[in-house]
Amino acid sequence: MAAAVTIGEASVPHLPRGVRLKFDKPRDQWVLLAPERMFVLDDIALEIVKCCDGKASVAAIADDLSARFEAPRDTVTNQLQDFADKGVMAA
Amino acid sequence: MNAASPHIDPPLAMLAELTYRCPLRCPYCSNPLEMIAASGEMDTGQWLGVIEEATDMGVLQIHFSGGEPTVRQDLEDMVERAEALGIYTNLITSGVLIDQARLEGLADRGLQHIQLSFQGTEEAGADRIGGFRGGHRKKLETARLAGEIGLPLTINAVMHRQNMDDLESMIQMAVDFGAKRLEVAHVQYYGWGLRNRAALVPTREQLEHATEIIEAARERLKGILVFDYVVPDYYARYPKSCMGGWGRQFLNVTPSGRVMPCHAAETIPDMTFDSVRKRPLLDIWEQSEAFTRFRGTGWMPEPCRSCDRREIDWGGCRCQAMAIAGDPAATDPACAKSPIHARMSMLIEDALATARADGSNEATTFVYRRIAAVQEPV
Repeated sequence: MAAAVTIGEASVPHLPRGVRLKFDKPRDQWVLLAPERMFVLDDIALEIVKCCDGKASVAAIADDLSARFEAPRDTVTNQLQDFADKGVMAA
Repeated sequence: MNAASPHIDPPLAMLAELTYRCPLRCPYCSNPLEMIAASGEMDTGQWLGVIEEATDMGVLQIHFSGGEPTVRQDLEDMVERAEALGIYTNLITSGVLIDQARLEGLADRGLQHIQLSFQGTEEAGADRIGGFRGGHRKKLETARLAGEIGLPLTINAVMHRQNMDDLESMIQMAVDFGAKRLEVAHVQYYGWGLRNRAALVPTREQLEHATEIIEAARERLKGILVFDYVVPDYYARYPKSCMGGWGRQFLNVTPSGRVMPCHAAETIPDMTFDSVRKRPLLDIWEQSEAFTRFRGTGWMPEPCRSCDRREIDWGGCRCQAMAIAGDPAATDPACAKSPIHARMSMLIEDALATARADGSNEATTFVYRRIAAVQEPV
């Protein structure tokens, strides 16, 4: 049986197959398109998702975003865990 | 005409019903009672044109459905075009006509996801409900293939009185196949479902038990399986936000090219639907009588008009209002505030009493779906 994804500092997150980041031009917003669902991303969530390239660790992403936007580290972890629980983030 | 919604966003998703042809004969099929045959279907070029119009409007997802969409040998061309245009593609299928080469071919063309229906988890019962011998075994094979190919999979389980006992094993089956989503869809009572209501409607005990099972599984399988579960209307306190509101997020194109706000809208007898063969899709979405009639809140009667939930459920379901109240503009009878809400539970009692009287837990009482030779206007 597949195991649930637990996001930690060492996790290397990436979008799973069937999930796609897209700019939704008519509504002027960024969305994650997923099987029969979509999630509208706020600015922070968008920056997090853009960092999920399958190479950077959560620690590295959190370092990067806290330097650039003063985003608290657990904002990054919590957001990624929330995405993982919804099935739209792998690690 | 509709002052309550001056600005109309484009739809998020399009359901493309490529054909009504299907080897299964499920007695709750969402297709209309009167269906066109293959000769009335739009051809490849016409469908590709619809996909392009949808993209230009801003549609983000396309669901290829039917009938059984894989009956169409040009499905691959449509998937390829949609993906090239950047639309997210989803295949809603019974899975009984797909072999390995076809599924791999669709994945190669960019198909993102499949939603595979099951009628139960036990072969004899599932095949009886689907009206197609050998169907269940083939579905199991298709689910396995999807896992092998790595194609994201949703299991769709339409539940009713005659298969509700399969719910736990359905959840386990979804997990075993590596599905990431499970839609537990209670039968909707329009069209074929309405015709077979006495044979299908669950008891309150069944429904409560099912809800407990789902709630426990949701907790247990967090991060493994996402559940999509809606309480059936007949037992609801508030109506569902049907289609996210009439003409707000969604459109449906029928095999012949008629454009509808939902797949059951034809059950409202005085509606007229425009065809993409004759009118641009964007114009139909923004301006047509069918789409503007119940869009927004301006059409609502009381108690809906002043209800603080009016922009949560958008007045619920117009087809339900038609089916139960006989008036598509009435308050959805599923709502506790409807003056005829009590009729919903009376209908259940009647249906269950009918079932007890003639023993209609058995197969013989289904009126199976069939395609009659009806040509709809285009």
